[in-house]
Amino acid sequence: MGNEKTRTRYIGRSIPQNDSPLKVTGTATYASDIELPGMLFAKLVTSDRAHAKILSIDTKEAKSVPGVVAIATGSDFPFRIGIYVGDRDLLATDKVRWVGHPVAAVIAETLQAAEEAAEKVQVQYEDLPAVFNVRDALKPGAPIIHEHMSEYRVFPAFSPVPGTNIANKFVLKRGDAKAALDKAHLVIEEEFRMPRVSHAFMETQTVVALYRRDGVVEVWSSLQSPFAARYLMAQSLNMPVNNVIIHHPFCGGGFGGKAGLGWEPLVALLSKMADNKPVKLILSRKEQFVSAAVREAFIAHVKAGFEKDGKFVAYQADFIMDCGGYGDYTVNVSRTTGYAADGSYDIENLDVTCRAVYTNQVPTTAMRGFGYPEGHWPLEQLLDRAAARLHLDPVKIRLVNLVKPGESTTGTGEHLREDAGDPRRVLSTIVKELKPNGRIPESKEPWVIRARGFALNVKGPSQPPNASGSSILKFNEDGSIDLLVGTGLFGQGTTTALCMIVAEEFGLPLEKVRVPFERGTDSTAYTWQTVGSRGLFVDGNATLGAIREAKAKIVEISSQVFRVPKEDVVVRDGAASVRGRPWLKIPLSDIAMAYTYPNGNAIGGPLIGTGTWTSVLNSYLNPETGQGIPSIFHTFGGTGVEITLNLLTGEICVEKGVQVEDIGRVINRLGVEQQMDGGMIMGMSISLWEKMQVDGQGWVTNPNFSNYYIARMKDMPGEIRKVAIETPQEDGPWGARGVGEMTMISVAPAIANAVFRATGVILRDEPMTPETVWLAIREQRPDLLEKAMKALGGTSDTTHLQRPLVRVKSGQNETS
Amino acid sequence: MKKITLNVNGRRRTANVEDNEILLDVLRDTLGVKSVKAACWRGECGLCSVLMYGKAVKSCLILAVEADGAKITTVEGLSRGESLSPLQKSFVEHGAMQCGFCTPAFVLTAHSLLTTNPTATDSEIKEYMSGLICRCGTYNQMLPAIKEAAKHYRKHASDDL
Repeated sequence: MGNEKTRTRYIGRSIPQNDSPLKVTGTATYASDIELPGMLFAKLVTSDRAHAKILSIDTKEAKSVPGVVAIATGSDFPFRIGIYVGDRDLLATDKVRWVGHPVAAVIAETLQAAEEAAEKVQVQYEDLPAVFNVRDALKPGAPIIHEHMSEYRVFPAFSPVPGTNIANKFVLKRGDAKAALDKAHLVIEEEFRMPRVSHAFMETQTVVALYRRDGVVEVWSSLQSPFAARYLMAQSLNMPVNNVIIHHPFCGGGFGGKAGLGWEPLVALLSKMADNKPVKLILSRKEQFVSAAVREAFIAHVKAGFEKDGKFVAYQADFIMDCGGYGDYTVNVSRTTGYAADGSYDIENLDVTCRAVYTNQVPTTAMRGFGYPEGHWPLEQLLDRAAARLHLDPVKIRLVNLVKPGESTTGTGEHLREDAGDPRRVLSTIVKELKPNGRIPESKEPWVIRARGFALNVKGPSQPPNASGSSILKFNEDGSIDLLVGTGLFGQGTTTALCMIVAEEFGLPLEKVRVPFERGTDSTAYTWQTVGSRGLFVDGNATLGAIREAKAKIVEISSQVFRVPKEDVVVRDGAASVRGRPWLKIPLSDIAMAYTYPNGNAIGGPLIGTGTWTSVLNSYLNPETGQGIPSIFHTFGGTGVEITLNLLTGEICVEKGVQVEDIGRVINRLGVEQQMDGGMIMGMSISLWEKMQVDGQGWVTNPNFSNYYIARMKDMPGEIRKVAIETPQEDGPWGARGVGEMTMISVAPAIANAVFRATGVILRDEPMTPETVWLAIREQRPDLLEKAMKALGGTSDTTHLQRPLVRVKSGQNETS
Repeated sequence: MKKITLNVNGRRRTANVEDNEILLDVLRDTLGVKSVKAACWRGECGLCSVLMYGKAVKSCLILAVEADGAKITTVEGLSRGESLSPLQKSFVEHGAMQCGFCTPAFVLTAHSLLTTNPTATDSEIKEYMSGLICRCGTYNQMLPAIKEAAKHYRKHASDDL
């Protein structure tokens, strides 16, 4: 990791998250741990049809189960909600849109009773024609999944197309891509795909809600963005925003899946139905897979044009995203995929379309880095492909095309600021750490190939232009500080980093600065959401504002006490002192509640600092061309991998990983490393193994961790090298940019590039399971497979082989 | 309904349980031991791991009636007050957790490994811990945390940890 630049007390050091002692002793309270007096339990009844009209719901038998309090159906909540497109029912009203769609909710005194009753709810359906893939959904005459789209409330940045299944269409245009492709020296046309994946946060979505008798709703929820949840809830319940209180206890993972609309409004209304008793809903793992929202699947048809020297002159891309039954957050995923499709490259001619399309599949939402893993999967592979065709080095072709901060304009027409980062240094650092052109030790088994590959990435937070944040610093009697910020806490470590900044600025020991772990929207400062790696930047800047305000007050008071000009007062080491006269010094504890003169007169008062931050540069993007400024910063980075590929089994193992990000300034080195390692491992898991399998009727066939494999400790690479480059951004807190999501984006294309580089085999689909990789080798390089079979001592005739020799992990084969 | 007795972290606890009730639910819901987490309810993620007679088991796969009379240790039982066990301390110092939801299970499982095999190699540790899932992917911090703590287990191999 980078070198220390100035002597600091905390900034740049490795500090464990300050909630660690609670977590390691099992005493951190998560939403699922919360119990209230008289609490009831809810259980969902979900659809077993993909697309069907609801004819009737018979709850008579269910209601006779002892302990049942009430049963809610869609007709109890006749309205729609959503964060970007208001397309969601709380429970299905007229029809169901996918297998797993919640149709009813049972409230009972015990979970067992609720579960028993849920099984006894009888729903009569009339099947409607269903559509399971985006190409069918786009055909003229396709079944329409949202007939009333024209009535939906839509956030200004999005463009649904009523009368079709298109939830949003985003277009990015720059130059003349068609003309440039016609003239290009080399054109590569290709199709890439990604499947639905589950966030698989370990704590399933859990909500405890209490609809109080004074009309105030209190919610304890496992969620990322308490304020966004509060606003949506107030909207859907049609009540003043301050009558909704969202408590944010510890949260067992989010990864974007707990950022959009959750289950809070439903459970609140269930509490109202149940005579204002608290109600708890905890999703089962299967419900989390099939009834909640997951990451969307997509198909990208791309055409890339290059000059002889490797110059990337034109990019035409058509992304079609399968957003499933609801488009809610995925419309923003499609917008981001569209505007960020050019990655970190300066491509003069762009013609990118990205459509989010409804199907009768599990609905989808944001997931770590959304829009960027999607765009980088094709883009970074195209660069390696073009390099091979043009006999250029993959490093060289990137050097030809990388944006130049200070000079380049991005695809959306944003002049890239000079301090945006140093993508060239990112690239050279990957080369240094990975040595992609160095000698690769040969494997002992001739059927195993060792290979190196890399891919770059760039990402900024995807948020509305007016997404803001705030911060409040409260001093206590002893000069210690409570920092009130709204950014959620689910493992990213943002609040620890913010405490480090405050402690550094005032010269206080870190334990004297605390962010309350469990916070409520009524008792902490506002921030729009906890998403997009925006927390440190937005809430950090707001906190710096609060620090400035508090310092100004301290300086004001001390200058009066010392009878010196304000300019002569400095605040450091937990005290205010006079420059050049160190004996004139007041500890912060003596100012915190009011400074008291020896005669008892006092000045000042309890010290509070407040700060806010809103971007002044961002705007909505032009609906015809996608031009505008969407992001508050761009973090440039990249991933390198050394893999082994077993030709006989198709199994890929990541032996070594390299993670490089230009994050401006390291605040907490340990936090950065956690993100880099975590992003590597999650990225590897998703790109090699994870896929939600769906049968012909729209049933997810692997909604569990036996058949949906997630990386375990034994799967982690033997070594992960992590380098944080520090090109400070002038308007970042201490120069910092976000890092959390960035670390996952380029893992998949880096692996695919390693395979391509060693074998020439093109991998178009994620996940790169043994079976898909093996089939690709057999199709594209049968000679390699024959050689490997011979080396094993077997037959070289591979024509009879339909499957790889061994299955490596349960649940990852297409046909299992 | 059957009345069972458990020794949980050294305390005698009784509970009336249904024949089909799992140990996980009895610990979490009846006895209020909230460090035992539920995340898959079918033995796949390992987050409900507890020590039963010192050995790590998945409490969602054990019927409460089967555990009658058993000595159960949860992560609360590894340390007292504000002082942390060497393993817990090592987890904190290495930053071996992000969201923390899986942490109690990883700590307990590592404890179970190191009490029986304090000289476990990297690959033995990885294999042993692979019944559990950490979705945040904090494995690269957990491995050195466990290895560091192993020193303490080797030193006190004969003590009752």
